Amino acid sequence: MSDLFSMGGYASFVWPSYGLAFLVMLALFIDSRLRLKKAEAEFEKLDAVRKAARDQRS
Amino acid sequence: MNRYWELLKRELRLALRQGSDSMMVVGFFVLAVILFPFGIGPEPSILARVAPGLVWVNALLAAMLSLDRLYQADYEDGSLELLILTPAPLELLVAAKVTAHWLTTGLPLMAAAPLLAIFLNLNAYDLGVLLLTLAVGTPALSLIGSVGAALVLGARRGGVLISLLVLPLFIPVLIFAVGCVDAAQHAFPWTGQLAILGAILLGAVPLGLYASAAALRQAAE
Amino acid sequence: MFGLQNPTKFLKFAKLVGPWFALATVLLIGSGLWIGLFASPADYQQGETVRIMYVHVPSAWMGMFAYTVMAVASAIALVWKHPVADHVAKGSAPLGAGFTLICLVTGALWGKPMWGAWWVWDARLTSMLILFFLYLGYMALSGAFDNAERGAKASAILAVVGWVNVPIIKFSVDWWNTLHQPASVTKAGMPSIDPAMLIPLLLMGVGFTTFYATLLLWRVRSEILQTRIRNIRLAQIHGEG
Repeated sequence: MSDLFSMGGYASFVWPSYGLAFLVMLALFIDSRLRLKKAEAEFEKLDAVRKAARDQRS
Repeated sequence: MNRYWELLKRELRLALRQGSDSMMVVGFFVLAVILFPFGIGPEPSILARVAPGLVWVNALLAAMLSLDRLYQADYEDGSLELLILTPAPLELLVAAKVTAHWLTTGLPLMAAAPLLAIFLNLNAYDLGVLLLTLAVGTPALSLIGSVGAALVLGARRGGVLISLLVLPLFIPVLIFAVGCVDAAQHAFPWTGQLAILGAILLGAVPLGLYASAAALRQAAE
Repeated sequence: MFGLQNPTKFLKFAKLVGPWFALATVLLIGSGLWIGLFASPADYQQGETVRIMYVHVPSAWMGMFAYTVMAVASAIALVWKHPVADHVAKGSAPLGAGFTLICLVTGALWGKPMWGAWWVWDARLTSMLILFFLYLGYMALSGAFDNAERGAKASAILAVVGWVNVPIIKFSVDWWNTLHQPASVTKAGMPSIDPAMLIPLLLMGVGFTTFYATLLLWRVRSEILQTRIRNIRLAQIHGEG
């Protein structure tokens, strides 16, 4: 198992590149996810207000 | 076509009224190039070798610095909307603007190049080739730069933004212009690079005109 | 394009397809990583560093693919004025920039043991560096206007102009690179891929694509909702005003 992590002596190059790729993709994932959740929550809130106002008027 | 001359005359009158603009561009260009010997050292052979690159990078930056006032004044005082409404195609206005920009920046840069050739120990033959590349390359810079100037109208911090937009697009012009002078310096045939530079210029004409016109229409909406 | 330009239809489509893309991503990248890291041979010449390829190459593909999606969506938005196309372009830019960044850094990490330097002005790496700045320019422009609509229009034109220039930039950088090819850098080039390495590479490539698609759908959905929120807010102001 140990030679796996040593990556034939190149561990300090192979693992950081996988690590960084993972980090950047994780950041993109979180940003996209949060952006969607925030937009949906805000939209629900505004939509509810709008529907309530319309019901009152009708 | 006469509308093109009218617009060009208008632009030139405006540009020459504040003549100082092109003087500032040339001033920046010469001063920036002069800085390099302080940085790299006065060694003539080194300076001669990097001279084409120095002159071209600084010419590119100088041309870019004067881009933001290309449409800004007309955009702010509303004359852009009027110019769009004229029956003449908008591309004609862009052509007049770009020509005026080239006459007030590209040409002065070429006028200053011989002086810099002396500073950078560039021999006469290479200077001649350098002037040729400037003659073919700087109009392409004005055309591509015009797209950037039109795109940032109404944007926050437009001046800085233009550099981020157009510098990557200037790279092919820089590569072939410096490549051409470099070949001349090493006594290789250099007309091939100049031909490609000319092709880039010809390609930049329709791209610059149509894209700038489209951007101006978006800006004036 | 089969009704997808209609925001409501697009929302329904995105909600339907999104989870499948996510599942495909997990399966593809999972298996790609497993085979790439543990079950495929090292390169006889480069040794274990070749494993960086399984991240470096797919991210390069994705950097270019996302830019093409951005340019095509921008062209559609300019010609047919579909707001959803604008959203697709706006959503695709950060993803593409992220992949290009991964490609550049993993390229440097791969270059250090192989070529002996963190950054080498290799033609492909240099072109990716310029592509990264094209992304930055696009994102800066689309965010530089108070009115989002105006930002979308301006950046759409920039995306199309940029896309037209990419082949010219690639050509000139390749030409420039062969001219100034420093003798010391042995051009390792793409190792001729033997099947054992090709499988994980393709798995990762498709896995990155489905990952990109999943996130893009989320981002487009949030852009559509943001536009609706802005419209409701405007209606409220005018309503009460």
